[in-house]
Amino acid sequence: MGMVPATHYLALGAVLFVIGVAGFIVRRNVITMFMSVELMLNAVNLTFLAYARTWNQVDAHIFVFFVMTVAAAEAAVGLALILGLDRHSQTLDIDSADKLQG
Amino acid sequence: MEQIVFYVFAAVAVGSALLVVLQQRAVYSAFSLIVCFGALAVLYFQLGAALVAALQVIVYAGAIMVLFLFVIMLLDPQAERFGPDRFKKTALAGLPMAAFLAFVLLRVFPAWSPRGSGEPIGSVEGPKRIAHILFQDYLLPFEVTSILILVAILGAVVLVKHRPD
Amino acid sequence: MIEYFWLALVPPLAGFLFNGLAGKRLPARIVSGAGCAAIGASFLFLLAVFAEFIRLPASEQQIVHRLFTWIQAGTFTAECSFLLDPLSMIMLLVITGVGFLIHVYSTAYMKGESGLYRYFAYLNLFIFMMSLLVMAGNYLLLFVGWEGVGLCSYLLIGYYIERRSAGDAAKKAFVVNRVGDACFLLGVFLIFKTFGTLEFGSLFETVSRTHPQPEGGFTVLAAITLLLFLGATGKSAQIPLQVWLPDAMEGPTPVSALIHAATMVTAGVYLVVRSAALYSRAPDVLLLVAVVGVLTALLAALTALVQRDIKKVLAYSTISQLGYMFMALGVGAFSTGIFHLFTHAFFKALLFLGAGSVLLRLHHELDLFRMGGLKNSLRVTCWTMWVGTAALAGIVPLSGFFSKDEILWRALDSPLGHPVFWVAGLVVAGLTAFYMCRLMFLAFYGSPAHGHGESGSEAGTAVTAPLTLLAGAAAVAGLIGLPAYLGDHRLDRFLEPVFRYSYDHGVSASHASHSLELLAAGAALAISLLGGALAYRLYARDRSLPRRLADRFPAIHGTLQRQFRIDEAYSLFVVGGLKALSRRVLWRVVDVGVVDGAVNGTASLFRRWSGVAARMQSGNTRTYAAWIVTGAALVFLYLLSVIG
Repeated sequence: MGMVPATHYLALGAVLFVIGVAGFIVRRNVITMFMSVELMLNAVNLTFLAYARTWNQVDAHIFVFFVMTVAAAEAAVGLALILGLDRHSQTLDIDSADKLQG
Repeated sequence: MEQIVFYVFAAVAVGSALLVVLQQRAVYSAFSLIVCFGALAVLYFQLGAALVAALQVIVYAGAIMVLFLFVIMLLDPQAERFGPDRFKKTALAGLPMAAFLAFVLLRVFPAWSPRGSGEPIGSVEGPKRIAHILFQDYLLPFEVTSILILVAILGAVVLVKHRPD
Repeated sequence: MIEYFWLALVPPLAGFLFNGLAGKRLPARIVSGAGCAAIGASFLFLLAVFAEFIRLPASEQQIVHRLFTWIQAGTFTAECSFLLDPLSMIMLLVITGVGFLIHVYSTAYMKGESGLYRYFAYLNLFIFMMSLLVMAGNYLLLFVGWEGVGLCSYLLIGYYIERRSAGDAAKKAFVVNRVGDACFLLGVFLIFKTFGTLEFGSLFETVSRTHPQPEGGFTVLAAITLLLFLGATGKSAQIPLQVWLPDAMEGPTPVSALIHAATMVTAGVYLVVRSAALYSRAPDVLLLVAVVGVLTALLAALTALVQRDIKKVLAYSTISQLGYMFMALGVGAFSTGIFHLFTHAFFKALLFLGAGSVLLRLHHELDLFRMGGLKNSLRVTCWTMWVGTAALAGIVPLSGFFSKDEILWRALDSPLGHPVFWVAGLVVAGLTAFYMCRLMFLAFYGSPAHGHGESGSEAGTAVTAPLTLLAGAAAVAGLIGLPAYLGDHRLDRFLEPVFRYSYDHGVSASHASHSLELLAAGAALAISLLGGALAYRLYARDRSLPRRLADRFPAIHGTLQRQFRIDEAYSLFVVGGLKALSRRVLWRVVDVGVVDGAVNGTASLFRRWSGVAARMQSGNTRTYAAWIVTGAALVFLYLLSVIG
């Protein structure tokens, strides 16, 4: 029973990341889009940890912590923004928020 | 043993991630995301990051997802039935781009790994070692992060505060 | 204690910070009290330092204290170092002593003015900057004080912010000074480039080694001293930069006293004396200094003859007296220049404060011809101003007699002097006596022409006490520099260590007999008395003759009145020239053609292409996300191609 090569972890991270990207582009519900972002962040975390093991560097773990903290902060602000959007236009459709049209 | 665990939980993670994106109702997406996070926590543990795995469960699957569920319940979003999609072309153009990204990423990662990698040299990282690094080398970023969180809290409060207009 | 002499800087700075930061909310009594206390403390401290300083042997009267290294860049080092030698000692005592009296006087003069905290804060800052200037141990720190003094004068001249003329005068003072400051800075650069140091001690020692003999012609030293002298003409209001000082009368009268007596204008004289080691080796520049001094003294004294504004008379008088000082410096008699600076500080402060007292009584009526008959209601002011006038006119045995006479004697006797300087100096002495007596007769005698009544009195002890003290000082200050035929010149001996690196032209050694010196002094005294008598004849009783003269020779009168139309000439040639250059070349060609062309061209370029770019800004989040993904993919593709 050998260990799983790091490449497999990296591939898994890539796949999860792209699923997140696709979700963000395709879905129109703000909350689901937001969850896709969380998915992308987790894929990145997985990549960090895979490299950490490959190069035996603990620093990557620290970065994962920071990503988590930032994700938490982002969730707080992002969800507040979602509430604001709902209150403002009574919809969660991201396409309705296109006032910044150039 | 590791291989079995990896492939099982990798499959669970990919499957639940797909469900997150494909579910019509946001609540189901959220539950799928929790499952995905759980599977990832197992993989983190496998990678020797026991502390991160624990935090993944507590912070992500616990705190952040609870926040999501709160908002979902508060807003009670219908199944995604919005008006006609004016940006369908964008979305359709985005998907090949995403696929292209996946392709590139899968090519890039092996290129960045050390030659003949796969035999890891790591060991289980004790929280002690992490703590040492976190509070010595990364003390300033750590403190800055706490300010970031403070700002985020204030920002959230200000954004949600009901303004009579 | 003496090594802590630089602590004298602390009280004025503290006073400035206190009044500047907290003064707005405090009652006037505390504001003015704090302002006076700060300077008073500084003065007392310096007196204690002086008591210790004077007991040191002459060779040790050169205390340098390095506070910290201020700038360090490559081979360039600027220390924050302070120097206490006889020159800075005497300057500091004058600045804080006279400054303190002016502060006390201000409490009465400025009573009821709004923004008192501003006034006292600036006043303290002024004293601080001037102290810094004379205490600085190198040219760069001196420059800090130099600029600081300029700034404070700007702030105080423009103190009456609601008056447009005050703002204009402040700007004029600032801009004119800026011309001098630029030259000064260039001079400092040149010093560093040539000698590699700006510290006074090591610089002067180097100069005395590398240039043992004075050298005529356009040497490096000549260039340096010329630039420094141009800087000095700015601060000390000499030709060609004298135009700001008369306008500076827009400030409150105590400020004028401060600028004219203790601070600011003396800075230029101080600079030249401080750089005596350089000047004494550039005889051609010294000659220029003397010529400028003589010309300024003559021109300003002539202008002062016909001024109607009491403060303007005093202002021109200051310019004229500064001309005297520069004349002394120019003939190589550096300590004589400081001597006159010292005595002048007392009687000019006295005269300005006295004028302020008159203004208080007359509700700020400035016109001499609408005064008169004040001698009964302003007894103290009247007699103290007489003391000041007599001192300024050089009546024996008051202070001005000794210092002015020494200047005249040096102008004649020094190897660098010339009889022409002496004659011009005599004429100025006569003119000085004339215009000062004219001022006194017009203001205090004759029938009142002001409509403020016969009754009325002095403004209180805060006014009369400084006047009395200054009158006392103006009377006896000359005793520190008795001429050779009377005894011992203490000041000369005291200042000797300052000039140890200067080239000795043999100025102080007397070349002629005492009898000739006495004769010269008698001539000066006679001329002064003559001037006073003429003023008495023309202005004491019958005042019709001056008017008739003015009507008879309107051209001469107008020319004198307007200071030989120098202001007009500057407006025409300098300001007008600049305007023409700006309009014809800078605006029409450079601005419209080059700058506007470039800007408008850029703008139209962007306007044309922005329509295309705007299409991308659909406002749709998912579109943006797709773009980002595309970009990320391309970046990764590039990385892949690089890594292989």
